[in-house]
Amino acid sequence: MIGAEAMVKCLEQEGVKYVFGYPGVAICPFYNSILESDIKTVLVRTEQNAAHAASGFARISDVPGVCAVTSGPGATNIITGIATAYADSIPLVVITGQVKSDLIGSDVFQEADITGAVESFVKYSYLVKDADDLPRIFKEAFHIANTGRKGPVLIDVPIDIQNGVIRNFKYPESVNLRTYKPTVKGNSAQIKKVIKELNKSSKPIICIGGGVQLGQAKDEVLKFAETHGIPMVTTMMGIGTVPSSHKLYFGMVGNNGKPYANKAMNEADVIMMVGARVADRAISQPDLITRDKVLIHIDVDPAEIGKNAVSSIPLVGDCKAVFEELLTQDFDIECGEWIKELERYKKELKPVRKPNKKYVDPEGFINELTTKLKDKAVYIADVGQNQIFSCAHAVIKSNTRFLTSGGMGTMGYSIPAALGAKLADPSRQVVAVCGDGSFQMSMMELATFCQSKVQAKIIVFNNSYLGMVREYQHYTYKDNYSMVSLDGSPNLEKLVSAYDFDYYRLADMKGCSEVIDAFLKDKKNALLEVMIDPMDLVK
Amino acid sequence: MQKKVYQLLANNTSGVLSRITGLFSRRGYNIESITAGVTADPKYSRVTIVTSGDDAVLEQIEKQLAKLVDIQIVKELKEGESVYRELALVKVRCAPDERPSVIAITDIFRGKIVDVASDCLIIEITGDVEKIDKFLDLLEGHEILELARTGMAGLSRGMENVVFLP
Repeated sequence: MIGAEAMVKCLEQEGVKYVFGYPGVAICPFYNSILESDIKTVLVRTEQNAAHAASGFARISDVPGVCAVTSGPGATNIITGIATAYADSIPLVVITGQVKSDLIGSDVFQEADITGAVESFVKYSYLVKDADDLPRIFKEAFHIANTGRKGPVLIDVPIDIQNGVIRNFKYPESVNLRTYKPTVKGNSAQIKKVIKELNKSSKPIICIGGGVQLGQAKDEVLKFAETHGIPMVTTMMGIGTVPSSHKLYFGMVGNNGKPYANKAMNEADVIMMVGARVADRAISQPDLITRDKVLIHIDVDPAEIGKNAVSSIPLVGDCKAVFEELLTQDFDIECGEWIKELERYKKELKPVRKPNKKYVDPEGFINELTTKLKDKAVYIADVGQNQIFSCAHAVIKSNTRFLTSGGMGTMGYSIPAALGAKLADPSRQVVAVCGDGSFQMSMMELATFCQSKVQAKIIVFNNSYLGMVREYQHYTYKDNYSMVSLDGSPNLEKLVSAYDFDYYRLADMKGCSEVIDAFLKDKKNALLEVMIDPMDLVK
Repeated sequence: MQKKVYQLLANNTSGVLSRITGLFSRRGYNIESITAGVTADPKYSRVTIVTSGDDAVLEQIEKQLAKLVDIQIVKELKEGESVYRELALVKVRCAPDERPSVIAITDIFRGKIVDVASDCLIIEITGDVEKIDKFLDLLEGHEILELARTGMAGLSRGMENVVFLP
């Protein structure tokens, strides 16, 4: 058996179903060997999107997404996708081809020091030096990617290792990593402190981050909140965890969040921060959530606790394990008055938009669209105004998944992520929502949907601007616009017809419901272009 | 700002030192000195880092180091509970008639003359950072031609903090 066959065997042992990637000489042995396997390959049109597609796949299937690209430019192109996954703690195993071992360091054709280049964006990386190490390395890579705080792991495999002979292939049953042992169970002394503080509290709040979904702790956290009647808010990455209609839900926090959600955080006396890293966009003034309050910070990554806000009760552990434990404990929490207060804020501070009737109102449109989505639908928002509108107005049902690039804010994420999400579970309805800017960053992937026979449902908010930056320039530079006009953009109807997509267009709110129905019911690939007021603002 | 000394036990694999130093540079932490070497068990390296920062930064340094997949243990080497040593090689310009005074200072600091040439000497000296600094101060008047300092290595005193590895 050669190294490349061993790599494929390792992926089979891990139960991998899809590999997203792009070939080149340095990864050819691997792509030759994969032909003998049942693992399916998806050829994206640029490497960055292999990582985004694998990310969408990972988020829906709860197993690491896998991509494989060639050395040099193939490897450097995928870095943005790796960094995007790293920022949102999405588990990926990224395989890169590398030039021959004895040529490494001599700047030969298509050589790049990829393990060095991705060092700050991966949980771990390997440069394989001996083909016999492949089984152990693959086993460890999948383990590291998908345990503790999840994230991407990169394996760089020189071409001579892929072609090298392995005498005795044995896939390890377990990993033996002396230096890597994430904490799962919460410390019982800390849990006692949590109980004590919550019992004393009259205004507690749970702030849910992306870690709750990643830790598959949604049911436990919701049950805990419901059992004790504790109100909840989410960060952007936490959207999708709590249904919009939930009585205890008070919206997304942050500078793009709901004013009443931020008010709730500021007024609370105990904040339970769960699987959230107190990032600047969610909590712009960390001292406000620690001054005069108790901050209980629950995270699987000890380094996140205390990084941006000093917590009163740090609790390191897996969200699921911690909340399973909390559910067995007795509490005496009374916050009926607090909920009434929050409901009042929700009424008083509800932002009112004044939609321009000549265009589609993003609020009304997203509301209508997400209400019509089926159970278990996956809504993928890109980056820009479309993302903020989506966060603000998407109606989340109990099994809706809401995916977006939260930490890195990578434009062009939604289309490849939708491809991966749909492959992860073809029974789910998947919709990618992007702006005309982000669409043009990933529009080459329309071909991938066609080639892989994956149904595409893409919505483009067209305002002829890079709207989020235009909005920033509106406020910060008094409407001195620079580099934000998207003049020269293609006619989308003509463009998608070249890919044999059906095309829908909504110019204003007239017929909104019917157009959405037709678009969603269409059995073919479809793109819906929605005309937005170029001067519209998210705030 | 305060100074702290950390001792790390890390996998003795290629790239581990660059992972550690890369972490410091990309997060903007200071390294005042770093030393590394293999332990009695060749699977591990022991690294001593001297760093500085305020309490929050030092706490983050400790946590971020502990998070690196290749690092087994991060331990603070506290003053008084630990032994710190640094080695310095000092090449000083020294005419034959100046040798006695240089040798006298070297003897007081329990240093050694390890090379003699007609117009210069190399002195080897070990000690904590302050001792070496003081020694260099006392050499004033003699031109230091070249100086090589290793940075600090350290161990905690006694049996209490010994970690027995599998």
